[in-house]
Amino acid sequence: MESLMIILVGILVAIATYLILSRSVFRVIMGTAILSHAVHLLLLTVGGLKKGDVPIIGQADEAFTDALPQALILTAIVISFAVTAFLLVLAYRMYLTNGTDDFSQLGGKSDE
Amino acid sequence: MIVAFSIMLPFIAAALIPFIYRRFKNIHLGWFVLVVPAVLFTLLASYIPRIANGETFVKTYEWIPTFGINITTYLDGLSMIFSLLITGVGSLVILYSIFYLSTKESLHHFYCYLLLFMGAMLGVVLSDNLMVLYVFWELTSVSSFLLIAFWHHRKASRAGARKAMIITVSGGVAMLAGFLMLYVASGTFSIREIIANLEVVQASALFVPAMLLVLLGAFTKSAQFPFHIWLPDAMEAPTPVSAYLHSATMVKAGIYLVARTTPIFGGHEVWFWTVSGVGILTLFWGSFNAVKQFDLKALLAYSTISQLGLIMSLFGLGSAALHLGYASDTVIYTQATFAALFHLINHSTFKGALFMMVGIVDHEVGTRDIRRLGGLMALMPFTFTIAVIGSFSMAGLPPFNGFLSKEMFFAATVNIMQLNIFSLDNFGLIFPVVAWIASIFTFVYCAIIVMRTFFGKIQPDRLEKPPHEAPIGMLISPYILITFVVGIFIFPNVLGHYILQPAMASIYPMFPSSEELTPHIAAWHGYINTELWMTFGVIVFGILLYRTLKKWRPMYQIFPQKYTFNAIYERIIGSGESYSSRITNRYMNGHLSYYFIYIYVFFIAVLAGYALYADVLSWDPSKDSAIEPYELILVFVMVFAAGAILFAKQRITVVLLNGVLGYSVAFFFVLFRAPDLALTQLVVESITTALFLLAFKYLPKIQPEKVSNSIKITKAMISIAVGATVTLIGLAVMNYDKFEPISAYFEDAYNLAGGKNIVNTILGDFRAFDTMLEVVVLFIAGLGVYTLIKLKAKKGDTDVESK
Repeated sequence: MESLMIILVGILVAIATYLILSRSVFRVIMGTAILSHAVHLLLLTVGGLKKGDVPIIGQADEAFTDALPQALILTAIVISFAVTAFLLVLAYRMYLTNGTDDFSQLGGKSDE
Repeated sequence: MIVAFSIMLPFIAAALIPFIYRRFKNIHLGWFVLVVPAVLFTLLASYIPRIANGETFVKTYEWIPTFGINITTYLDGLSMIFSLLITGVGSLVILYSIFYLSTKESLHHFYCYLLLFMGAMLGVVLSDNLMVLYVFWELTSVSSFLLIAFWHHRKASRAGARKAMIITVSGGVAMLAGFLMLYVASGTFSIREIIANLEVVQASALFVPAMLLVLLGAFTKSAQFPFHIWLPDAMEAPTPVSAYLHSATMVKAGIYLVARTTPIFGGHEVWFWTVSGVGILTLFWGSFNAVKQFDLKALLAYSTISQLGLIMSLFGLGSAALHLGYASDTVIYTQATFAALFHLINHSTFKGALFMMVGIVDHEVGTRDIRRLGGLMALMPFTFTIAVIGSFSMAGLPPFNGFLSKEMFFAATVNIMQLNIFSLDNFGLIFPVVAWIASIFTFVYCAIIVMRTFFGKIQPDRLEKPPHEAPIGMLISPYILITFVVGIFIFPNVLGHYILQPAMASIYPMFPSSEELTPHIAAWHGYINTELWMTFGVIVFGILLYRTLKKWRPMYQIFPQKYTFNAIYERIIGSGESYSSRITNRYMNGHLSYYFIYIYVFFIAVLAGYALYADVLSWDPSKDSAIEPYELILVFVMVFAAGAILFAKQRITVVLLNGVLGYSVAFFFVLFRAPDLALTQLVVESITTALFLLAFKYLPKIQPEKVSNSIKITKAMISIAVGATVTLIGLAVMNYDKFEPISAYFEDAYNLAGGKNIVNTILGDFRAFDTMLEVVVLFIAGLGVYTLIKLKAKKGDTDVESK
């Protein structure tokens, strides 16, 4: 299962990279969202999958799964949400100001 | 304690300047600043009797003891000379500057930089640790940069500051490399300890490279040929700065370093020839070029270069005594070093006075160009006196201190011919001959200073202001200095005994008695010796050359401008700038996707490249948990959803597909025993999807990418490579078991944090600060979102963008 998950992560990263490399702001934001999904899964997977029970004391007698990656991911989910929300509004504002969401149309004059 | 205090005081005072400046607006800031060097001078001077008795003062404050870097203050004879010069000349220069700079200038900056420099310079001469010395050394370069560019609205000031910075700092970096080599060779950064373990250092293969690198630092700082080009340009600084940094103190830091490291490197043939050779060449080149200058300050700059070369060459000559070892007949060669120290002090007195004199002329008349000056003797008699005494001393005429040290210099060059080491029997004649010729030019430019400024016909219409004598305040400092010029001539042996003799002990620590190293200085030895004949020759030929100056001056035009060191420097800097801007413009083309490509390519190259190179890729699926059919379905769902995003034409499709991805991730969290994550992910995904849908109305429709297929293929290849790198490295680290996981610690959550949900306790207790800051991030993002939505562009501002 772990190997399969990592291959899935690789595919997601590849797709996210492709989206990030595009010119449209909207696609770049989608790319970052997918990238964060991929990273969350990666973190969880390298911690080992299904090696134990839910990390809540008193629920089971057997070993727990690794709780530390879960805590890290929880933080990461919230942060990536904040970033996505901010980027989205930034894109909105950018579009409002410049009338385009194409990066290649931005960037000012070359002599600056 | 007092020594460390001396280093600290200027820095503390510099930090207080803004407050004093604001509080006492009506009083010239210089009066407050003057207290600092005056106090320090008195404090340090109180050590003179004890230093003269051969005592030294060491105090260590630990800084980075693991690397042997400690702040060790060390006051001995050599440090004493320099710290007295720094504080003494510093006091006089600040006193002078009070009258030179009007309160309209930004005095708080000026004095702040000046104090910064003073502290740094004291740090250089009072530190025993090479690393600490280096830090202060660079700090002097920085403060010199700030002071040269004090009138930063002038282009020449900025250019001069940059030039000085580039040259001295590159030399400083070379010196740092030399220091590190010394550390490798000796195992210590302490100069005293290196001198104590001299055999080990001298046996090391790094000995000569370290020596040359340290010398590079010293030569750039002391404006030795061919690095002298920064000093004339540094004259753009206000005259008090030129008098202080660029003649009396900072440029002597290189001399100090040479003197300080003489016990380490001296006695080696390379050291002897490099130091004395470069010194004597600089002596000649500086005096030769000084003659052609029209600007009095530029003339003094070249004369400073020349005099620094003189001192440098004397240190080189004196190092021969270390090669010979201690014997009664080798003591005579140490006299070169004695003369160097003596001339060091003399130079600071007469050159400081001359700079102040030029400052007065500039201040009262409005020009420093000797073609416009002339006939000021009757109008400025006091200034004239300074000029005469300073110039005569510099030219080596009695009855001034320059005469004594110049005689000793000639004596040293003549004596060195008797040696038969270092192939001196073949080349030894170079020293007296070059020294003598250079001294003739010195005489000529000294004559130019006096004659062209103060004699001849006055040209009132070519002056900016009607000439008149300077205010008394401006005259005090130079008069104190010329009092020394005369006083040292009359009582040279007082200086010799109290100041120079202990410094000799610092430079020749292996020699048993410093008393023997201190010659009796006398103006007249009872007979006419070679040195005196040389001085006569200098006067005769000097007058002759000055009279015929008009005839041979065109000689300076012969040398093509293209090949001067300045032109070479400009070319190097200019081409460096244009090449680097061309290269930068090529890859920084303003397109975001290119920048991403650089990052990704670098990422692939470094990570995948290293993984392949180190052969760490491995895949061991044996420990994997079993794959259930519904998990497989979920994986396929995610792959398809993600793949479909690439080809989606509608924004709504993209948003929904992203939702599919997010909810699938939540499913995985459930499957992988992470209920908290699943809950959070569900909530966040719902909000994100809602947000996307909300933003919809305002965002443009997806345009199909209008790019060529080749670009698409490039992007696809990069993406696949990135994905492959992540997969391969992920698979390789899966079974990494070199370290115990730290997670077991958190499983005791109930006892440690009183919670049963381990993930919750990590977030809320073990790593509560992280969580708190995470909330701050959320808050900041929220603020950002709010402002971006609410903030309205001001009227007219939109035009900036649409231009």
